Amino acid sequence: MKITVKLFASFRDGRFKVEERDTPAGTVCRQVVLELGLKEEELGVVMVNGRHAPLEQELQDGDSLALFPLVGGG
Amino acid sequence: MDKIFRVNMTNLTTRVETVPAAWAGHGGRGLTSTIVAAEVPADCHPLGLNNKLVFAPGLLSGTAAANSGRMSCGAKSPLTGTIKESNAGGTSAQMFARMGIKALIIEGLPADDKWYNLHLTKDGVTINEETALVGKGNFAVIDAVSERLGKKVGVITIGPAGEMKMASANISVKDPDSKIRSHGRGGLGAVMGSKKIKYISMDDAGAPGVTIADPEKFKTAARIFAKALLDHPVSGQGLPTYGTNVLVNVLNEAGGLPTKNFRYGQFAGADKISGETMHDTIVERGGKPKHGCHAGCIIQCSQVYMDKAGNYLTSGFEYETIWGLGADCCIDNLDDIALADHHMDDIGIDSIETAVMMGVAMEGGVLPFGDGKGVIRLIKDEIGKGTPLGRILGGGAAHVGKTFGVTRVPVVKGQGIPAYDPRSVKGIGITYATSTMGADHTAGYTIATNILGVGGSVDPLKKDGQVELSRNLQIATAAVDSTGMCIFVAFPALDIPECLPALIDMINARFGISLSGDDVTNLGKHILKLERAFNIGAGFTNMHDRLPEFFSEPVPPHNAVWDFTGEEIDEFWNF
Ligand code: SF4
Repeated sequence: MKITVKLFASFRDGRFKVEERDTPAGTVCRQVVLELGLKEEELGVVMVNGRHAPLEQELQDGDSLALFPLVGGG
Repeated sequence: MDKIFRVNMTNLTTRVETVPAAWAGHGGRGLTSTIVAAEVPADCHPLGLNNKLVFAPGLLSGTAAANSGRMSCGAKSPLTGTIKESNAGGTSAQMFARMGIKALIIEGLPADDKWYNLHLTKDGVTINEETALVGKGNFAVIDAVSERLGKKVGVITIGPAGEMKMASANISVKDPDSKIRSHGRGGLGAVMGSKKIKYISMDDAGAPGVTIADPEKFKTAARIFAKALLDHPVSGQGLPTYGTNVLVNVLNEAGGLPTKNFRYGQFAGADKISGETMHDTIVERGGKPKHGCHAGCIIQCSQVYMDKAGNYLTSGFEYETIWGLGADCCIDNLDDIALADHHMDDIGIDSIETAVMMGVAMEGGVLPFGDGKGVIRLIKDEIGKGTPLGRILGGGAAHVGKTFGVTRVPVVKGQGIPAYDPRSVKGIGITYATSTMGADHTAGYTIATNILGVGGSVDPLKKDGQVELSRNLQIATAAVDSTGMCIFVAFPALDIPECLPALIDMINARFGISLSGDDVTNLGKHILKLERAFNIGAGFTNMHDRLPEFFSEPVPPHNAVWDFTGEEIDEFWNF
């Protein structure tokens, strides 16, 4: 299945902004995170299709996964 | 000993007073609100004889505590008609504190048509007639005053918008680089303009400085506090690298980035105006990605943004400004927004109110959505010059909505709603609705918990827990706004257990007192209730704690609507 992965802030360093990826059915968010070489404790916000998601969430074909380090502003 | 400096513009006299016992425990917002509530009739005209303009540094300003250099300014607001506190960085809070000025109260109105400046030293205030700088922009005022009195003097000034008493006029403060920080919200620049004060200069030569009751205890607590600020990923890394503008992409992804005057929750041009793009642009052009708005800021969310030729364009270039002119007005050119920010600083108008107003003006057909050059022209040549159209625009979003018959006007109590859609980030909607200041994201920043995962998590799209979240944050914020601390200390304070106790320890060590966490919470509650009582006296009821009707329209991508009932919102005040 095809998913879109979007990276933000420091996660883009040495990686990419947006990428389409082919992943096997049943892939959960955590697997993608680990494949990218990101550590769980670096993660701030994980969103699937614009909604906050736990790392255990199973991805569906066409999903968009967005990963942010802990950031803030105001 | 701390003193109150009082200036009467009606008879042009000044006085130095001792601090009344009832005010002794207050600083910053707690003090400005206490003084305004005690001395300003709630039903007065904000630009009339009976309003007063109050400046107060925070309880910890002037000490070595990290990030403690914020100054509060308060009055009855010409924009909202409510009580108002607006705080800013810059060099003046620390100078006030070192000179022992607990508050400066400016009252009365001059009978003649002359303009004045005030000059503050540790011994008192002088009132001087001002002619040369009337009509000048803020950058020119700061340069000229530094030239007249020396580089080290502090300056608080208004631009042409304040002189013309526009309801979105701000008050500007000289920063460590002789650039500008602003008391932005609520039109306090118009109050200063009504009192015919062009600028306030200050010289802290020979000032006694701040005494600390228990220096050892203070030092230990200050060290723990500073470490927490640096250890937290938001205050230690995210803010100094990308500035507050890192939020563009986060809010866009969450569907909460108000776009085209709050029609959509996502903007196609988001990445072009994002913090990531801004960071790369600044580095490429030789600007500074990190910079503090006052000495002693160790977070440094500010920056220096250069134009293509490598010349200074703006600093303190914030997410809200970039969102407002960017997504909300559909302008995807960061340089246009930066130039607009520069002119807003120079003219002296609030960049949030002006950006929200421009979205409404576009809705009303004054200029097309996406017209960045048009926005710059309106700011410079209409608002800055005070043409009839400029005066209408300078009145703010609500004013422009009425003038052009627009119903999609994002304001609460007459103040423009900032950068987070309340339908898809519901906690912040409660803050907008209930804040004593009119729509104000900083009053109780639920984005931390709704979106960023700081201080726990509350689903932004559901109603559950939002009223309580906003209440807790508004109480805590009212207390933090009294310390002189930058509100960004809230990020570590929400997550790192030692942070808040260290802050309280610093206050205790500074004054030789023993406040507990509960005392601080009670202080926050007291301030909110005091401010609300003022607003009730000014004619506000729970019916003003509501969002505009158009928020019942669904906002894509989540098609969220504002679905709180009035009774649910009113629960906020049950404490
Ligand atoms: S973190 Fe930003 S707003 Fe806060 S004191 Fe530092 S520069 Fe100013």
